[in-house]
Amino acid sequence: MSGATATLAGHGGSVSSRYEDSSATREPTWVKWTLVTISLSFFSFFLLLPLFAVFTEALRKGWDVYWAALVEPDALSAIKLTLIAAAIAVPLNLVFGVAAAWSISKFQFPGKQFLITLIDLPFSVSPVVAGLIYVLIFGRQGWIGGWLMDHDIKILFAIPGIVLATTFVTFPFIARELIPLMEAQGKEEEEASIVLGATGLQTFWHVTLPNIKWGLIYGVILCNARAMGEFGAVSVVSGHIRGETNTMPLHVEILYNEYQFAAAFAVASLLALLALLTLAVKTFVEWQAGKSNNQSDKEE
Amino acid sequence: MKSTFTRALISLSLIAGLVASASAQTSLLNVSYDPTRELYQEFNPAFAKYWKAKTGEDVAFKASHGGSGKQARAVIDGLEADVVTLALGGDIDAIADKGLIAPDWQKRLPHNAAPYSSTIVFLVRKGNPKGIKDWGDLIKPGVEIITPNPKTSGGARWNYLAAWGYAKQLKGGTDATAQEFVKKLFANVKVLDSGARGSTTTFVERGIGDVLLAWENEAYLSVKELGPDKFEIVTPSLSILAEPSVSVVDKVVDKKGTRKVATAYLEYLYTPEGQDIAGRNYYRPTDKKVAAKYASQLGKVNLITIENFGGWANVAKVHFSDGGTFDQIYANK
Repeated sequence: MSGATATLAGHGGSVSSRYEDSSATREPTWVKWTLVTISLSFFSFFLLLPLFAVFTEALRKGWDVYWAALVEPDALSAIKLTLIAAAIAVPLNLVFGVAAAWSISKFQFPGKQFLITLIDLPFSVSPVVAGLIYVLIFGRQGWIGGWLMDHDIKILFAIPGIVLATTFVTFPFIARELIPLMEAQGKEEEEASIVLGATGLQTFWHVTLPNIKWGLIYGVILCNARAMGEFGAVSVVSGHIRGETNTMPLHVEILYNEYQFAAAFAVASLLALLALLTLAVKTFVEWQAGKSNNQSDKEE
Repeated sequence: MKSTFTRALISLSLIAGLVASASAQTSLLNVSYDPTRELYQEFNPAFAKYWKAKTGEDVAFKASHGGSGKQARAVIDGLEADVVTLALGGDIDAIADKGLIAPDWQKRLPHNAAPYSSTIVFLVRKGNPKGIKDWGDLIKPGVEIITPNPKTSGGARWNYLAAWGYAKQLKGGTDATAQEFVKKLFANVKVLDSGARGSTTTFVERGIGDVLLAWENEAYLSVKELGPDKFEIVTPSLSILAEPSVSVVDKVVDKKGTRKVATAYLEYLYTPEGQDIAGRNYYRPTDKKVAAKYASQLGKVNLITIENFGGWANVAKVHFSDGGTFDQIYANK
């Protein structure tokens, strides 16, 4: 167990202090501080400055305008749709991700490499293409679009299309997080559990899940962040109907194009807050994983 | 530890199932092109009031805006628009070709189903530092032009045709010299956005380029919204009469049972109230009386029309089809 969670948090502290203590591996002070300065200024410039800009612009016209932009019906509808899309896409990918990671890391079967490639596909395909795939399938001119229209089933330019596109682009996050973790863990613990008489489901709940939980949560966080932030694929299948099929990122673009800069940045700041929240939860998860890791080390 | 995990899971899945509340109210989806946002934001409540007074029914509106060609494509692909108010007849023709709109749509409303018109002007930076006065100045070396992509944007097609028309009416002008002129113009294009509003943002907000080829209404709106101290409008010696057209989408209104209100919506555009709203938003009203009221706010310009090019069907084939003149110009840029 210790080896596995090390990929998340590891023994970062102890390793670096070991290096610093040894004169053989110690860099001159000026190298250390030059590198620290370079990386810090790089990240401040490319990450903190834009973040600061988003909040400054959002609050430029004061809290009243900021608040009004967020409670405006179209904005609320965009927030709601974003939450719905994430609330469907993330659990779907949770189930799929665990199943896929399980089969890949614990079983040998023909086509395993193919499945791994498939999981990675959404990373390598441009989101716009991902969106167009759904237009080609569900569009009126598409494969089954005509049939859907006749039966009054709306997928494209409606919520199902947005959920599909979101699910597609967030496919790899959980599986990709779990596969290396589960492969590193091997199957000894599960085998021991089965030998001791546990059923498959019991083994999963009491052995596998506790082992992978932090990796799983980490994957869910990343998956959720991307699900809420996705622009390209959703833009293609949305139809941009205000108050109906606009997600938060699309709403930001619309407001920006309408010269409502303060409002656009207000909604953008919500997305930025989400990113900060993700970061906080991620740090917490890593800290927890590190703690449980140390604990199990002591137990051993 | 288990409880931490459970709590983490709960907090992640706290997003409850939100159910959209279905309303019994009639709702119209107007799929439009980029620069009409402000126009229909003002027009929709006016029509809703009129319709309520006339029939006692409430009507709500949904709007979708984007590059005209892109919007037509979305309607063809299944976006359920009750009415389309697009930048040019050609885009509505494209929808009609797929059988969603009756082929004679242009005859169902006055003025070829174009309730208001506009034209193409230049937006330049304050003081006009590059001295841009007319189309001829655009092809000078070092002038950076911003225009949307004629493949996706209706406004860009009018830009393209206006430039073509200008070159052709010059002394000794032929289709060949016009093509050469437009080619030089596009060689100076710095950024090709997919819609008119994207181009305006590029020019106005991102500060790229010396001149924006823009819808007249879009140019006046930019100046009004973003300050007369930053931009100037240059009206060229000749431009094109741009007729943004409107139609109900027959397949959709028949299915949703909204034909009556959708038709009334478009007809209301032609009433003095509708025309007045168009005029206030810097469109050129077709109603003579209303047009006279707003004549002073817009520049005087000689206008050629789409008929000079043999109509949209011909223009689409010659200029904007795959391998048409625009492709020839842009591929060899």
